[in-house]
Amino acid sequence: MGNAGKLRKVRLSTTPSAEALADLRLGDIVYLDGLIYTAREGVYMRALEESANIPMELPQQSAANFHCSPAATINSDGTFTLGAVTATASFRFAKWLPEWLAKSGAKLVIGKGGMSSQDYKDYFVPNGAIYLSTVGYGTGALLGRGVKSVKEVHWHEELGIAQAMWVLECENMGPFIVESDSKGNSLFERENAKIAENLHKVYEGTRPATLKRFGETDDRTDEVIG
Amino acid sequence: MISTSLIQSTAEILMDKAAIEIPQDYLDGLTQAADAEDGDLSSFVLQAMLENYAVAKEDRRAMCGDTGTPRWYVKMGNETQIEGGPIALENALRLATANATVNVPLRPNRVHPLWRTDHNNNVGIGAPEIEYGFEPGGEWLDLTTVHKGGLFGTDYRMLFPSDGIEGIKRFYLDSLVAFGKRGLACQPAIIGIGLGGTKDSCMVLGKRAACLRIVGDRNPDPKIAALEDEFKELGNSIGMGAMGFVGKSMVIDCNIEVGYCHTGGMQMSVHAFCLSSRRAVARIYADGQVEYRTDPDWFTPYQRRESVTWETQESSAKSA
Repeated sequence: MGNAGKLRKVRLSTTPSAEALADLRLGDIVYLDGLIYTAREGVYMRALEESANIPMELPQQSAANFHCSPAATINSDGTFTLGAVTATASFRFAKWLPEWLAKSGAKLVIGKGGMSSQDYKDYFVPNGAIYLSTVGYGTGALLGRGVKSVKEVHWHEELGIAQAMWVLECENMGPFIVESDSKGNSLFERENAKIAENLHKVYEGTRPATLKRFGETDDRTDEVIG
Repeated sequence: MISTSLIQSTAEILMDKAAIEIPQDYLDGLTQAADAEDGDLSSFVLQAMLENYAVAKEDRRAMCGDTGTPRWYVKMGNETQIEGGPIALENALRLATANATVNVPLRPNRVHPLWRTDHNNNVGIGAPEIEYGFEPGGEWLDLTTVHKGGLFGTDYRMLFPSDGIEGIKRFYLDSLVAFGKRGLACQPAIIGIGLGGTKDSCMVLGKRAACLRIVGDRNPDPKIAALEDEFKELGNSIGMGAMGFVGKSMVIDCNIEVGYCHTGGMQMSVHAFCLSSRRAVARIYADGQVEYRTDPDWFTPYQRRESVTWETQESSAKSA
């Protein structure tokens, strides 16, 4: 078995200092304390394209934007039942993020799969933000345990439960993995490059399809996230 | 006669079990993969997943916050009768899906594709899917719910006989590598492959191979069974593990199903069931007895039959 124990574990505030962010290294394991809010296409469209007022003080209350919607229910008495919490793939939100980071002052973007290192260098680094990935993408129950309470659910009538802006109070919530650092490097791209060295051997004894597709590539260093 | 209320109450229990309890066959497969994994980051991910399954059961909360797109597979013996008929059955399954979405809770994932309307209950046009199968003999109803993730890890391609096994391998590897990077497919997973049929039935076969067959199961055709072994090994030799980190756990098992296709073609689909391989099964008998299990046991000799009629085969076997 690999040595998972040699990875560095870090507790981090959801309103982190510039020093704490600069200290993070690719592959560090992070646990979060403080308020975190969910925002995905519904929130971005409403806040940026429809210019609705963001119903929180950002980034004072929270600088942690989670690409997620929880498995949760709003009860008839207005209380919330929250079970598991898992991220959704972030690359789909790239078109809104430059404006969102500038507007919200988010320092931590948390999600699934990360973005490209070009995205990090273009608008994460100038805004002092880094990207944290959830682990395995299925650790919903572990992350659910890290949520002490649901503080608020904004815009659920307009956007539905899955797209609403959930404000979660977190304590030692994790694990997350540092995917981008303060220089805009990407852990996924580092791993991709290592794996690519072996790929030509794996593909020996295979052949390209007789019927081609438009836009097809045989360059296996490419990614599908665009 | 099987009562509709028993169908609905059993279905609600199945929704809960599927979302929360990792099936033992997958858990055993993942534990073995975790023991064999030598990448540091991949090992950390697999350990976190194992811990997550335990926490989900302990807290009775969903394994994953994305609780997928719940669907139903209904199978019945030839003598089975359902109170109120098939309409009552479908009502019961839609009610169970809506109730469980609130009670477990599940994420209300299902929305209108254009208007994004969300009923907050995972029910809508064509949702949940309800598919049917039948078995000769018996008076029972098998209910299987599968909550497969809905975005990445699945692909289809029209291949031709001239593409051969080499072409099949290429498309298999392409699917694993493309969706494996950054762990989009939420690997390591049970990979299902559909070969043949028509485009739509090829997709159905591959999806069922991933979701309705368990880890360790093998196709009864020994040559296909050998391919399943070979493809599992091939997927795990890419050098990629969980989340697309350096490692060697991509495929917990590979299941292949085939269907007769156009003489000029060789359709192929690839499907990755994710780290939270959510499936739960119950058999309901006419006397009200209910047995829960995790193996859908979908692909029986009857489902894979090649002969024109089943009865003919039975009687010719007897007369021989």
